[in-house]
Amino acid sequence: MKVSTPATLVAVTLMIIAGLLVAGCTTTEETPGETTLTVFTAASLTGAFTDIGKAYEAQNENVKVDFVFDGSQTLRTQIEQGANADIFVSASTKHMKALQGGGFMENSTVAPFLGNSLALIVPVDNPAGITGLADLNKPGVKIVIGTKDVPFGDYTRQMFEKMAADPAYGPAYKDAVMKNVVSEETAVSSVVPKLALGEADAAIVYKSDVSKDDLTKVTRLDIPAEYNVVATYPLGILAESPGKTEAESFIAFVRGPDGSAILTEYGFDPIAA
Amino acid sequence: MVLSLLTAVLLALFLLFITLPVVSLFLRISPEAFLSSLTEPVVLDALSLSFVTATVSTVIVVLFGTPLALVNARHDYRGRELVDTLTDLPIVLPPAVAGLALLMAFGRRGVIGQYLDIFGIHIGFTTIAVILAQVFVASPFYIRQARASFETVDRLYEDAARTLGASRMTVALRITIPLAWGGLVSGAILSFARALGEFGATIMFAGNFQGRTQTMPLAIYTTMQGDMNAAISLSIILVVISFAVISAVKIVTRRKY
Repeated sequence: MKVSTPATLVAVTLMIIAGLLVAGCTTTEETPGETTLTVFTAASLTGAFTDIGKAYEAQNENVKVDFVFDGSQTLRTQIEQGANADIFVSASTKHMKALQGGGFMENSTVAPFLGNSLALIVPVDNPAGITGLADLNKPGVKIVIGTKDVPFGDYTRQMFEKMAADPAYGPAYKDAVMKNVVSEETAVSSVVPKLALGEADAAIVYKSDVSKDDLTKVTRLDIPAEYNVVATYPLGILAESPGKTEAESFIAFVRGPDGSAILTEYGFDPIAA
Repeated sequence: MVLSLLTAVLLALFLLFITLPVVSLFLRISPEAFLSSLTEPVVLDALSLSFVTATVSTVIVVLFGTPLALVNARHDYRGRELVDTLTDLPIVLPPAVAGLALLMAFGRRGVIGQYLDIFGIHIGFTTIAVILAQVFVASPFYIRQARASFETVDRLYEDAARTLGASRMTVALRITIPLAWGGLVSGAILSFARALGEFGATIMFAGNFQGRTQTMPLAIYTTMQGDMNAAISLSIILVVISFAVISAVKIVTRRKY
């Protein structure tokens, strides 16, 4: 016993490591008479899909919907590494296409189902008096946008490019606006507080990123369609899903009236099936 | 025998746990990729901004902290414990609290910021905000060390100088500070290192803008979303600096004055 102590310690350590590794993977548990659907969902849909899952379970007592919410890139990597899931809901077509290319998806089921557009937000008391995009190039306006590597920052730059190409605004407008940018954030969650505290005068984020609570602190101004950049969210069933029929009925629910109502409430624009 | 074996295993496991992630940084990037990312503007801007701000912060901390540490080491007055506790506070405060506190004080609608705003002075989103955040979080590292070194200086020398007619200022500059020199330098180095690594308070209070407020830790966090090589390169630089700082402190404090 004495001699085995270090060996036991090593064994215990290895077991802990193994345990952590196993816990990191997702497993689909089946209880008799009940089907579990595992839905890998982009993090930006956390609120909306949690509600949709509850609504779906209330209508289908024999189905349990388990969500894994994470960045689309992370979820894609997990699927490529063999994670078991039934449905993948991606915030970008890029990651869905990669999985389709790798043969991980049931290609006929993959479809864009959601649009997410950019919105201009200002503090409710609007100290800089901003009424729209045309005010963003005024000297001294403090603007916060995303870094070029995060989607909402990338789309913001695309939007300013579109405006620069339009003679109504022109390249000088874009330069003046970019000069007013005081901070480039990596997450929308750190943008809203900066406006709420009055540190910044305006920001450009995804329409859906502004929660109902946020609307007590910031005002959302719509961006005209001709300049707006719409992100498309695709979803689809995995090739190795054991419950394709149930998965199809869940997707039908997401895209049906109940699912669409919830998604609209969260600021998304559902794409008709 | 069993005990020493157990200790050896624990030690080895722990060393592995600390070393492996650090070594992994070096393994994840080729020397060519490391060198080429050193020329990227985002890396260069972050490097120079970090060095400038951390140096300025350290100078400010030393200028304000040395008299404070000397007074607290040499004089007993009412409220000394309170002053000590206050100056130590930033060590225990999470950086997020420091960031929020600075916003509440110096933000555009902050306790002081709203008056500065009247004069058109805005601290948020400027390099000054970066320095304020660094001074706030890094000052205790110098002040604690400085006070401890002043306390180890034998009062005999100071008293001798005083009886020979030296003013208090001369005593401090010619006797106390030179005798406490090693501790002061190592305190300043630690303070510099803390300022260099400051992240949470900076990103909350100063925002994130390349060349203006994006210091090395913020650049690592930002480039991680796209240019992983730049993130790893900056991390490696910080690992090397941290290693050098600890070694420097060890050497300086080992020496006897």
